[in-house]
Amino acid sequence: MDSKAIYERLNKVFRDVFDDDDITVNANTTANDIEDWDSLEHITLMAAVQKEFKVKFSMGEIASMKNVGEMVQIIEKRAK
Amino acid sequence: MKELEYPFDSDCIIKKKRSIKRTLIADGKDRLRKKIAVFGGSTTHDIVVCLELFLLDQGIEPEFYESEYAQYWQDAMFPSDELLNFSPDLVYIHTTSRNIVNYPSVSEDREQVAEKLEREYAKFEQMWKKITETYHCPIIQNNFEMPFYRLMGNRDCSDYRGRSNFVSRLNQLFYEYAEKNEGFYINDINFISASYGLRQWSDPSYWNMYKYAMCTEAIPEFSFNLSNIIKSVFGKNKKALALDLDNTLWGGVVGDDGVDGIQIGQETGVSQSYYEFQCYVKSLKDIGVILTVCSKNDRENAIAGLSHPEGALKPEDFIIIKANWENKDRNIIETANELNIFPDAIVFADDNPAEREIVHTQVQGVAVPKMDSVENYIINIDRSGYFEVTNFSTDDIKRNEMYKANAERTAQQASFADYGEYLLSLDMKAVIDDFIPVYLQRITQLTNKSNQFNVTTKRYTATEMEDVYKSDEYIRLYGKLTDKFGDNGVVSVVIGRIDGDILNIDLWIMSCRVLKRDMELAMLDRLVERAAERGIKKVRGYYYPTAKNKMVRELFGGFGFEKIKEDYEGNTVWELNIDGYEKKNNVITVEDNSSLTN
Repeated sequence: MDSKAIYERLNKVFRDVFDDDDITVNANTTANDIEDWDSLEHITLMAAVQKEFKVKFSMGEIASMKNVGEMVQIIEKRAK
Repeated sequence: MKELEYPFDSDCIIKKKRSIKRTLIADGKDRLRKKIAVFGGSTTHDIVVCLELFLLDQGIEPEFYESEYAQYWQDAMFPSDELLNFSPDLVYIHTTSRNIVNYPSVSEDREQVAEKLEREYAKFEQMWKKITETYHCPIIQNNFEMPFYRLMGNRDCSDYRGRSNFVSRLNQLFYEYAEKNEGFYINDINFISASYGLRQWSDPSYWNMYKYAMCTEAIPEFSFNLSNIIKSVFGKNKKALALDLDNTLWGGVVGDDGVDGIQIGQETGVSQSYYEFQCYVKSLKDIGVILTVCSKNDRENAIAGLSHPEGALKPEDFIIIKANWENKDRNIIETANELNIFPDAIVFADDNPAEREIVHTQVQGVAVPKMDSVENYIINIDRSGYFEVTNFSTDDIKRNEMYKANAERTAQQASFADYGEYLLSLDMKAVIDDFIPVYLQRITQLTNKSNQFNVTTKRYTATEMEDVYKSDEYIRLYGKLTDKFGDNGVVSVVIGRIDGDILNIDLWIMSCRVLKRDMELAMLDRLVERAAERGIKKVRGYYYPTAKNKMVRELFGGFGFEKIKEDYEGNTVWELNIDGYEKKNNVITVEDNSSLTN
């Protein structure tokens, strides 16, 4: 899967989770850029992303993700 | 809402919780408002979010108070002003086996472990008592799920030092408290976690990363299970199950295959599955669910199928049998009318998705469980929690008999020209008197279930009713009606609050199964009699309109009260001078509590 396709699907997940159709994420997007993205909603986001790409992040991966770009890198490596 | 009906897609609910909530709130439905305090021993955020969705879907609009992270005990024991002002209608305590602090260790002897068990339990009991004293409201308490590892392996469950054993014994103590205390309910997470799969449920990463005591994917199922208790406590249970016949209660089509050709009984796996479903349906009747038939069939074929010697259900198990070629939505509405219940109290079980669709779209509020394959019938109905039992009174057990007797009464009514003559022929006897403990549970249940014959629609929890019962500020009456066809049980409740020489009627309710029997007149006679004894001069009645209680808009007017106030919302106040009151009932023989012992 190329990263463009991943970003497209990721966008859809973000829009569903935060119920906001104006969201467009890129590699540098972080929690600071999206108003409702707090530690509690982060859990929902992680669950939804893992379901979408049928991957399971390890605890270490979840803890170390700094931005959306790093999330995409992990998905690229692992998604089927 | 389809997304929230069992079996639902949990991932979708978690992902779209915001838009689901938006849609639910936008439907403009009239909902019961309830304040719920959530005391958590772990993170409760998404639990509350999902709980809100399910409650909104079940007709309850909750307002929440959530304790700070893991502050459940402190919040319960030392409530803040914020919490006291919140004044919850219900308290939910979300603790799990992650919150047990006194687990046994293998070096301890029996006594030491017993002491730990006592200490662990005492902490909870103390908390429940404090909550009851402070808020007089129902409590829902989780039991404990099994710990996710077993130090001694299989022995962990049987050895007194095992954690699994400890959890089981603690659960047992919780159940004993639940048995003894009305208004205290267990949220069975031990079952739900097992059903979900304990391995996934207790994935430690959710605890260690987020302090959730379960995996977040399990939260919708968890919250749904919890919402069923809450909606049952607040009187939103379903009352009747309307069943299709062909391929629902048996395999095959009785009209085509003949009675001998349908699949029911012990012969094959399929016929056994239908038999098992029939047994389940029959036991629903035992917990007070009204059974009816709604089938496109000739009546004699329907009866023949139900009389199959291998079947568990018989025609007499059903209060109403609609076997005809009318559209099912019409049959469901007629069923509701004949039973004197609202269509939204009906669950319609049919294997045919097209029939489910038409009923679902044409009759608002009817529940239509997915009935895709016979082996799933029981699970889908059972897990949907339509008939969640929170209070179980003897009236529930007898409900089907009572509805049956009602049907016989209607048949007899047709043979009398004069209605008064008919009423006299029923040989009605009533006990109308002050509350007594044996009926308190039924009285409370009735206050929460009655929507139509209910002037104020005031609801009481078990503990609030207990307070009313103990106070001498009130004149309380319950009415129990018997006639030659059977015992109707407790069917009416009136609560009057004394204010000087005025009696304010806080509550006047009656079960619709005894409409037009003059029972309300008998209640009024007794009320006036008791009021006079207490030196009351005037009785004041209040009517607050709701979507469902139009039938009693003129109740007090009909009694001879005078309307003294009416506002633009249609709320009315009525007054009766009891001086010179003349008794109105002359068809029911009225007795008092002392007659019950004979």
